[in-house]
Amino acid sequence: MEILTGLATGFQAAFTPMNLLYCLIGVFIGTLIGVLPGLGPAATVAMLMPASFVLPPVSSLIMLAGIYYGAQYGGSTTSILVNLPGEASSIVTTLDGYQMALQGRAGVALATAAIGSFFAGTFATVVIAFFAPPLAKVALKFGAPEYFSLMVLGLIASIVLARGSLLKAIGMIILGLLLGIIGTDVNSGVQRYTFGFRELMDGIGFVPVAMGMFGLGEIILNLEREGVARRVIKEIKNLMPTREDWKRMVAPILRGTALGSFLGILPGGGALLSSFAAYSVEKKMSKHGDELGRGAIEGVAAPESANNAGAQTSFIPMLTLGIPTSPVMALMIGAMVIQGVQPGPSVMTEQPALFWGVIVSMWMGNFFLLILNLPMIGLWVRLCMVPYHLLYPAILVFCAIGVFTLSNSEFDVYLMAIFGILGYIFAKLDCEPAPMLLALILGPMMEEHLRRALVISRGDPMIFLTRPISLGILIVAAIALVVAVLPAIRIKREEAFKGD
Amino acid sequence: MKNLRGTLSSKDLWSGLIFFFFGVVFVYFGRNYQMGTAMRMGPAYFPTLLGALLTFVGIILMAKTFIKPGDKVESMRYSKVIYITLANLFFAFMLRRIGVVLSIVLLVLIGAYASQKFKWSYAMPLALGLAIGSAIIFVLLLHLPLPILGQWFGG
Repeated sequence: MEILTGLATGFQAAFTPMNLLYCLIGVFIGTLIGVLPGLGPAATVAMLMPASFVLPPVSSLIMLAGIYYGAQYGGSTTSILVNLPGEASSIVTTLDGYQMALQGRAGVALATAAIGSFFAGTFATVVIAFFAPPLAKVALKFGAPEYFSLMVLGLIASIVLARGSLLKAIGMIILGLLLGIIGTDVNSGVQRYTFGFRELMDGIGFVPVAMGMFGLGEIILNLEREGVARRVIKEIKNLMPTREDWKRMVAPILRGTALGSFLGILPGGGALLSSFAAYSVEKKMSKHGDELGRGAIEGVAAPESANNAGAQTSFIPMLTLGIPTSPVMALMIGAMVIQGVQPGPSVMTEQPALFWGVIVSMWMGNFFLLILNLPMIGLWVRLCMVPYHLLYPAILVFCAIGVFTLSNSEFDVYLMAIFGILGYIFAKLDCEPAPMLLALILGPMMEEHLRRALVISRGDPMIFLTRPISLGILIVAAIALVVAVLPAIRIKREEAFKGD
Repeated sequence: MKNLRGTLSSKDLWSGLIFFFFGVVFVYFGRNYQMGTAMRMGPAYFPTLLGALLTFVGIILMAKTFIKPGDKVESMRYSKVIYITLANLFFAFMLRRIGVVLSIVLLVLIGAYASQKFKWSYAMPLALGLAIGSAIIFVLLLHLPLPILGQWFGG
């Protein structure tokens, strides 16, 4: 019953003409930018975030959420038509999607992705409506020790789910936590590691770092590969899947949705892992498993449903616990804080309109995506064909203006430039930026909760093990870490990420 | 000898070195702040702990490469890094001085120069178009507080 009243509140908040419009704009712009080659959801959200701050909190979050799944969807379009994934979670889609396109079935592949995403999005919205409120209620009882343990779990999960070396992921996390600490210490008022820069008093901004690492770093990487010719599929004849296609896509969509909804809740890159996992499941379970990789519709339906479901359920920890599980969620939390909303379990009780409004808007956004995208495929195709040397200067302008206007400071642009260099170097060294960005946001929160917990226990670290909920969370974290280090699973993990 | 060369170009070695560097920096400058105790943590407590941990992670990564070098770093394109970085630095430095229109022209031209396909014939119109377009969208429509003309031009 409570869910129904909640949903009713949500419909009231989301179904105002203004919010519907912002949702539509968000989804449209998100797709528009996401379709452009070489721009993933994180960069898209970071780039458009400053523009959303002129709106009231509910509208701004609705628009940002729309941008997020719009970008996610736009990324799959690029994967299918250009064989160029906008971000890691669409890599899998390129395998069969581009093959289908080469066989003249690009339209069907795009339609399948849209249908699968819509179904997955709808299902995931229901999952959120059911699971978020009870979780938020439990979380209201959390004290400092529980929060600290939860963040440890989040960081460990992002280590386990990161690609490549565990040790490097651990290093990136610690580095992120340290960078997050820069600025004024809340307890003592001491300026830490600011080296006399007045601009660092409030800490290193998350947006300049994200834009630097995901925006500029990515541009430099793309410029390196500029010479590689790519073949864009220009002709899209038939959108309508055949009867055989419909029959074949049902089971993969259901499997992908279930898998994605579950994996999305886990911290550390739900959308990414879900699409890889869904693809391997399809390989084993589908009747047509042996056709995968050669343009099988299952290879588009399953990962696309999975990454959309995962992208949405990753909102659960963000909305209920205030803990980001992916860089995009970290950006969302940043946006909430700038809007004056303190993320955490109290959002649901104190700002029901915001909480439920965002949830309801997700379903609307998915609906808009379905009706908007199929008729507009012609436009997306043309956007895919914009040559990179004309495109990236525009991205540079957006990044620079966006970061500058955030707090009207040149310093943020300098920071972005520095993190652009760092982002490029880290990419070259196979160090994943995502865990670092999560840690950057979590750094100050973690220190605060650690301090409070140890004040409660009079300096005894055993407090994390003697409180049952905290202990439970830490046990899960420990299992996750052990599992990742076990040789058998390590090989599997490397296999799962082998796609790129 | 061969092993050593492998080590010197190893991704792990350089990652380790970066972690080591940052770890040491945070521990070293953390000395200026109060350490406190576990119960009443001073501002230095958490960063010193983490800095030490990061230094340690860096050392392990580096040490490992002498046994097994791992993947080599692929060639770096320094010129692209330099142009993209310079473009942004110039933009930020000049924005208040020459205004948003001219600094975007500068940003786009320096940035576009990083491409191997760079030609003045497309870069100039692109720069002007983006500059004028941004001025209209961001300043006139969205009312973002950006100077259209900079201080140098009395804006």
